[in-house]
Amino acid sequence: MSHAEEDHEGSRRDFLYYATAGAGAVVTGAAVWPLVDQMNPSADVLALSSIRVDVSSVEPGTQLTVKWLGKPVFIRRRTEAEIAAARDVDVSTLPDGASENANAPIGADASDENRSMDESGEWLVMIGVCTHLGCVPLGDAGDFGGWFCPCHGSHYDTSGRIRRGPAPRNLPVPLAEFVDATTIKLG
Amino acid sequence: MGGIPHDHYEPKAAWEKGLAKRLPIVGLLYDTLMIPTPKNLNWMWIWGIVLTFCLALQIITGIVLVMHYTPHVDYAFSSVEHIMRNVNGGAMLRYIHMNGASLFFVAVYAHIFRGLYYGSYKAPREITWVIGMLIYVLMMGTAFMGYVLPWGQMSFWGATVITGLFGAVPFIGEAMQTWLLGGPAVDNATLNRFFSLHYLLPFVIAGLVVLHIWAFHTTGNNNPTGVEVRRGSKEEAEKDTLPFWPYFVIKDLFALAVILVVFFAVVGFMPNFLGHPDNYIEANALATPAHIVPEWYFLPFYAILRAFTDEVWVVQLASFLTAGIVDAKFFGVVAMFGAIVAMALAPWLDTSSVRSGRYRPMFKWWFALLVVDFFVLMWVGAMPAEEPYNTISLIASTYWFAYFLVILPLLGVIEKPDAQPDTIEDDFAAHYGADGAGAAPSAQPAE
Repeated sequence: MSHAEEDHEGSRRDFLYYATAGAGAVVTGAAVWPLVDQMNPSADVLALSSIRVDVSSVEPGTQLTVKWLGKPVFIRRRTEAEIAAARDVDVSTLPDGASENANAPIGADASDENRSMDESGEWLVMIGVCTHLGCVPLGDAGDFGGWFCPCHGSHYDTSGRIRRGPAPRNLPVPLAEFVDATTIKLG
Repeated sequence: MGGIPHDHYEPKAAWEKGLAKRLPIVGLLYDTLMIPTPKNLNWMWIWGIVLTFCLALQIITGIVLVMHYTPHVDYAFSSVEHIMRNVNGGAMLRYIHMNGASLFFVAVYAHIFRGLYYGSYKAPREITWVIGMLIYVLMMGTAFMGYVLPWGQMSFWGATVITGLFGAVPFIGEAMQTWLLGGPAVDNATLNRFFSLHYLLPFVIAGLVVLHIWAFHTTGNNNPTGVEVRRGSKEEAEKDTLPFWPYFVIKDLFALAVILVVFFAVVGFMPNFLGHPDNYIEANALATPAHIVPEWYFLPFYAILRAFTDEVWVVQLASFLTAGIVDAKFFGVVAMFGAIVAMALAPWLDTSSVRSGRYRPMFKWWFALLVVDFFVLMWVGAMPAEEPYNTISLIASTYWFAYFLVILPLLGVIEKPDAQPDTIEDDFAAHYGADGAGAAPSAQPAE
């Protein structure tokens, strides 16, 4: 640029340089953003962020596993014995003392009442992903009659709380509610 | 091209002159092929050709595999089986592509450690080194995404674990992970974008390879002595060098042939030796394989990723200083990428003025230990995350960083290097007798 040496403070040319560079930056940004944003979840993926599950066929002592947001969700209808075992635990002895329940108030403790869906404790809904390294625990297994992760040996009790093994946290309870007597809405 | 004086292409026929005036492409190819190359290059200087061959092999077999593959969660696994069972020669093509990735990494690790020993990364070849590191990182990305495409159990869970690394980044990690996956978990959107990028990145690598070659053709090759080619005159330079064609091309092709004998023995007789049986089970988001292991070429860095657990004091210190923002998971991710960054910074961390490890009596031992360390990391990376493997991987990871961040800077100061030969010609004469040295290239027996 031949005018570099000259004093042209605030000249029309300066203004044109900045205006052109500014417009260029805005246009580039506007062109790049859609290319970045297209990688975010699409509408059909987002639409599945809430699903309804018919649980009328689930008998006490059995479990339904559904896929929700790409992850397995355990829906268990517990027996009286399982509920009693889960409620007969001193919360202060648990490795993770928090409820890990998206439906419970913040700071709720890990008592079974704070984790089960209903007052009676018959229904327990959890994301079936081990909090250690993301494996899927097996049902009706482990030393506490709940779930057992075969990858690195984490034992969860009948309330899905970590009791022994390398996993740091209880199995998380997702947002869930009964929309009628036999249908659970996840999310 | 390059600072070494040599004969250039002279167009003779009228059409050659006419073409050279309009597009000097023949001269460019001639100068590239006839580049003066140090005549003392040993067998560790063959890996560049092997790597170029691998890139071509992977691109060509990849393009034909895509003609039969379907990137959709419902069809990907069965389309790979379709390739294996129905497509003419499909099993061979796929096995070559699969094991070609392993050959690619064998060659790149040999190439990198060659550079580390002979000081090929040092001035003036820093740019060649950094471009090489970029190629290596892109290779890892490409290989990782390619491994997801067959949509087997290890594909799926490997993708889940590795993309989970991005989730460890404080504050923006979860949003970043969702953005990368295109949803809350690895699914069809993930498979499609990985397919797109797996097809794209090899061509980016090819472009970087051109820059890599351009850079070291400008500076001239390094060689086992680390002593520069004399550039005072063409005659002087010719005493240190031979043209790349035909001398080194024939040597490299011979080495490639030997390597391909081993490669095709693997492809033909044990094509799944380096794979995991779990990847012949279709991906299932509801069941995890008992032991998730990455491919062998990722194991050293996977070991570094896992080495830094809550119990390590450095992790506890980092967590304390950042008020818990840096946890063990994020620390591991930083360490894994940091291990590669440290290697890329070798040109500026190594303070020794002597290039070749041959004349560095102390360096030799530390370097040998680094090679052992690399294999130890590879071994513990495949082991379950329990004692004694945790402790071993922590020690091995520490040595990796110590080598680049402490040992390389210190050695240059405290080490007393051995005498180096004055010229490449002297070194060559010492090995092969003086009669070969100083003769014109045309009278020279190939090494």
